Amino acid sequence: MIIYGVALLSACLLAGLYLGELLGQLLGVQANVGGVGLAMLLLVVAGGSPRMRSLTTGAAGEGVKFWGAMYIPIVVAMAASQNVVAAASGGILAVLAGVLAVLVSFALVPVLSRFGPQSPPLPPLEQNHD
Amino acid sequence: MIDTLRTVIQANGLIVAFLIVGLAVWLSYWASRRFTRGRIHGSAIAILLGLLAAYAAGLATGGSRGVADIGLLAGIGLMGGGMMRDFGIVSTAFGVQLSELRQAGVVGVVSILAGVLVSFIAGALIALAFGYTDAESITTIGAGAVTYIVGPVTGTAIGASSDVIALAVAAGVVKSILVMVGTPLVARHIGLNNPQSAMVFGGLMGTTSGVAGGLAATDPRLVPYGAMTATFYTGVGCLLGPSVLYFIVRALV
Repeated sequence: MIIYGVALLSACLLAGLYLGELLGQLLGVQANVGGVGLAMLLLVVAGGSPRMRSLTTGAAGEGVKFWGAMYIPIVVAMAASQNVVAAASGGILAVLAGVLAVLVSFALVPVLSRFGPQSPPLPPLEQNHD
Repeated sequence: MIDTLRTVIQANGLIVAFLIVGLAVWLSYWASRRFTRGRIHGSAIAILLGLLAAYAAGLATGGSRGVADIGLLAGIGLMGGGMMRDFGIVSTAFGVQLSELRQAGVVGVVSILAGVLVSFIAGALIALAFGYTDAESITTIGAGAVTYIVGPVTGTAIGASSDVIALAVAAGVVKSILVMVGTPLVARHIGLNNPQSAMVFGGLMGTTSGVAGGLAATDPRLVPYGAMTATFYTGVGCLLGPSVLYFIVRALV
């Protein structure tokens, strides 16, 4: 049943967000600390667990994959609801602060990626299959 | 007749959003093939199209939620809101191997700390260059360059003025949009083509919407890795901003 996969996904997100809120309160921070990341970890663990097989394979698995495929459309909708005017009109200071932060962070990606075990590049992506 | 159509559209906002976004994605993939021979990925064009629409809508309505402030398109705000975004992001983790995550664990943590720190310093330096001398303003603008959530959280906690907080939010939004648009352009040059560098990337950039959009436009298979570390970034920023980073700035100025 497709709904089993969707329900598993929902359970992971809710549990992760709840843990993230608790973690935030514990640290005295007004933010959710890693809720989505924790939810992803839960889903990864569920996906690898033989006990959860009935929730992650067959039609139930398709229920999770459907939302994975809806991800880009959701991001497009997210982009369309951003406050782009505020970003453009925040003045030169806001633009420079944002630009400098992004440039320095981009530059650090290859530096930090050198540490730790390396993973091979993914095979080339085929356009149009999604 | 028009009134009836309007009633149907308003009563079915989310469904309308599926239709509009579907058309926009179709148009973008077509433009990608037709005009760039697939060199610029269709999803990158779709995201850019979304941002342009948000800009036009913001000018027209004076609102802060892009096209979602247009009554008939309110459903796009629901589809692109935090709830659906998080649901979508988590679903991308399906099929990821635990071992892949464990391998990049330590470097992921390092990249989050380094990311918060360099963005904060970048923002604080710009604030200094623009003549801000009080620790509260410098810290708040620095925190805004971390993410648009860390900025106001920090500013409110340390008592920065509201115009400085507004600047901090704007800096964070600039960063998030720039990551969405810039990632596919720089991906090749910074080695962003494997799970490990995607985790480093997510930790360094931190802005969840930026990382989500940027990686989707680069290679959707990298999304779960980048998103995983990015979701810890804002929390770490909110933790360090009003505390350690503020104390350091106060000691220096």
